[in-house]
Amino acid sequence: MDIIFSKHKKGKNKYSVPQWKGEDYSLDKKFLRDDLDMPEAGEAEIVRHYVRLSKMNFGVDDNMYPLGSCTMKYNPKVNEKFSKSEKFLSVHPMAREENVQGSLKIIYDLSGYLRKISGMDGVTLVPAAGSHGELTGVMIMKKYFEDIGEKRDTIIIPDSAHGTNPASVAMCGFNIREAKSTPEGDVDIALLEEMLDENVAGMMLTSPGTTGLFDRNLSKIADMLHRNGSLFYGDGANLNATLGKARFADMGFDIMHINIHKTFSTPHGGGGPGAGPVTVVKKLEKYLPVPVVVKDGDRYSMKYNMPDSIGPVHSFSGNFLILLRAFIYINTLGAEGLKDVAETAVLNANYLKALLTGEDGYNLPIRRNCMHEFIVNDRGFPEGITTDQISKRILDYGYHAPTVFFPLIIPHSIMIEPTETESKETLDRFAEVMLKIKKEAFENPDLLLNAPFSTPVRKVDSVLAAKTPVLKWEDDK
Amino acid sequence: MSYTLLTDEDRKEMFRKIGIDKIDDLFADIPENILNVKLEGIPEAKSEIEISSLVSDISESNSLASVFKGGGIYNHYIPAVVDELSSRSEFYTAYTPYQPEVSQGTLTAIFEFQTFMCRLTGLDVTNASMYDGATSLAEAVMMAVRTNRKNKVIVSRSVNPRYREVLKTYCWASGIDYSEAGITELETDYETLPDLIDDETSAVVIQSPNFFGTVEDTAKAKSFLEGKKAFLINAVTEAMSLGYLKSPGSLGADIVCGEAQSLGNYPAFGGPLLGFISATEKFMRKIPGRLAGKTLDSAGNEALALTLQAREQHIRREKATSNICSNEGLIALRAAIYMSLMGPHLFKLGSYNHNSAAYLRERLSGKGFSSLNDKPFFNEFVMKAENPESFMKNCESDCLDPGIRIDSWYPELENCFLFCATEVNSRSQIDSFINQLQGD
Repeated sequence: MDIIFSKHKKGKNKYSVPQWKGEDYSLDKKFLRDDLDMPEAGEAEIVRHYVRLSKMNFGVDDNMYPLGSCTMKYNPKVNEKFSKSEKFLSVHPMAREENVQGSLKIIYDLSGYLRKISGMDGVTLVPAAGSHGELTGVMIMKKYFEDIGEKRDTIIIPDSAHGTNPASVAMCGFNIREAKSTPEGDVDIALLEEMLDENVAGMMLTSPGTTGLFDRNLSKIADMLHRNGSLFYGDGANLNATLGKARFADMGFDIMHINIHKTFSTPHGGGGPGAGPVTVVKKLEKYLPVPVVVKDGDRYSMKYNMPDSIGPVHSFSGNFLILLRAFIYINTLGAEGLKDVAETAVLNANYLKALLTGEDGYNLPIRRNCMHEFIVNDRGFPEGITTDQISKRILDYGYHAPTVFFPLIIPHSIMIEPTETESKETLDRFAEVMLKIKKEAFENPDLLLNAPFSTPVRKVDSVLAAKTPVLKWEDDK
Repeated sequence: MSYTLLTDEDRKEMFRKIGIDKIDDLFADIPENILNVKLEGIPEAKSEIEISSLVSDISESNSLASVFKGGGIYNHYIPAVVDELSSRSEFYTAYTPYQPEVSQGTLTAIFEFQTFMCRLTGLDVTNASMYDGATSLAEAVMMAVRTNRKNKVIVSRSVNPRYREVLKTYCWASGIDYSEAGITELETDYETLPDLIDDETSAVVIQSPNFFGTVEDTAKAKSFLEGKKAFLINAVTEAMSLGYLKSPGSLGADIVCGEAQSLGNYPAFGGPLLGFISATEKFMRKIPGRLAGKTLDSAGNEALALTLQAREQHIRREKATSNICSNEGLIALRAAIYMSLMGPHLFKLGSYNHNSAAYLRERLSGKGFSSLNDKPFFNEFVMKAENPESFMKNCESDCLDPGIRIDSWYPELENCFLFCATEVNSRSQIDSFINQLQGD
């Protein structure tokens, strides 16, 4: 296996660290370790190793990455450039405030932009990822009901929700009631009405939904919840569809989180770092986590004194360098540019859907205009060939696979999100490949059954990985 | 500027193919009265040149005056190799490795990170990262509670106060009984700790080196837990200490968690950071977050994949071990590169850190500062200032922002400062700082 530990040879690592010049204050040996087991490789070898690893990866800069619900759009390089400025990289979070006015301004201004975009009154940029934002949001809901003295222990989550929704709710001790979707992809409001009672603290809903569809009863749902004294939480994972077009507050949500690393073009880093700001309506503002950045005259400062706050949820103020990139992105695009993002993302998705779901194309379980993403599946493919094989065959053609087997309400989902940063030519080519794969399934099924062929490794056995877990390198294994 | 690629001609053709006349036909499910409401308060679009000058100007209102400041975020040297390699866009523009066939680069880096952290902590299992030190502690406590099904956590007051505050937030939300153990002489009060531990105690949390820099006697804490079925959680905020001091695992920690920013990452105003959780084998199926594991591909070659996903939110939903999804993948990659490059030199680097801090402490003694005791410390220590206001004022006029004043968190440590020195502080730099103080 190509791993740094297998390159170990004693004496090979000639990197040098400074030698302390002066008296030796070393601690007594009883405190010190004598068993540090680190591999030795040389610098040139290390560089080649990681360059080789990078070539076994696939990123947005390689080709279209239509991973539904993940908004894998282009990551602008100017954002990257400024996230490497010494003046942003090297400031300590406990520096005197006068020395970090630049960083505080970024947080303050971005907070303002996100308030406008969501139409909400209060905002925290502290959460470090979308699910961290969800957790923070659910904590705010819990605090609100504690504060107004109502015992509500249940949150409603649709059957189409991301797994993070129920997991976040469970971490805050709430029970979950599952709302059902109609065959057309909306929340079944007749069933929802029956679920509402004095125990319901709120409902979490992704908008547009994980099916890529805007819920046609959204305003009604908001009214039903508010009549019941419940809060309406909007999961902003799919904000790219409505960015600059419609605001979550106007849709009736009381609280939402925003995935900066989806909507606002910051890179995903192979699994983070992201950022998951939360915006709230006025009555929830006082429960936001500390600190909040405030401005007094020309001076920015961090406010910790918020007696009704849920408390802090991060060691410091969140993933600043990610937030900085979002600040640059919004300043690059402006209000009209943000709106163009949503319109182009939705147009690209509907165009690709039209290309893919014609005669001899893919099955479209819900036949409606989609928002920024849509779902097809493996219905109509020959026996034995499923979404799993289709997705692996897509890799052979040099594209990343869509999100598969999610949402759970549609069997064998293939969820495709092209984003706004793909050209018509790329969409045309991708559609050709998808249709060719369907043909292959009938004419030469082995091409799908044994896919992928051209990737750095062949089909990976995930079942085996879980059966006998090996979670670290051991020289003898 | 815009990053979209469609031309007017493209749009027309696409409209035709879809069968619409105008873009808002696609937004027809959104109520008309809330659609296309003009966004106020968003800046004008800009050219790249305008953006560059805007952001440069803002960055200029930051100044790099902090010196000898730690307290959870540390200023270490970052080798050029780390920045260079982690800037490869195959790494940073990839998503979570859901398709292992095209993600072996990310998966290998995670697997290496897991291995490195296991070796540094002396434990068996490490996850692919958490958001930061404070939330990794909160998740570690929740993991302990989930494992031994007891509901009380005892946290030493020598744990970083920011971590304790975050832990309190999480304990409130999830209904865990939070309580604190006292401190004496800049470390946990081991006299009174045993009395706090009862049958309901799920875990005891000790930070070592603690917030004051003191190397705690975690083995003693562990001895109090014998036969009690409670876990010892060793929090670490300065991961550099792991290469130098005895590993927490060898001293009896069941879980080690905290912050690994020090391993190849910048202070960055406190984020992104690098939380981690390492634990003994029995937590393998209880640990939160991603895990990369070894397996085979269909040609019989070794490969890696995310594994034991039955713990995770996308499979287990409300019964998951955590809600965590995106973590700090790229930061963990940087740490793996950093540790590859440092290799066995990490010990020597740790030794430099300690010497540099010890020298700073010696030089500060008698120059308006005094030590509180002679407990062993790593690269941070606490001193009491004779005249803190004039010290701070003088430093301010010299454009320096040294150390961290800690008495707002610890009223009993009035006028005390926490100082830190690392490999970026040479002996001559420390000398000139001291001379500057005297000059004032």
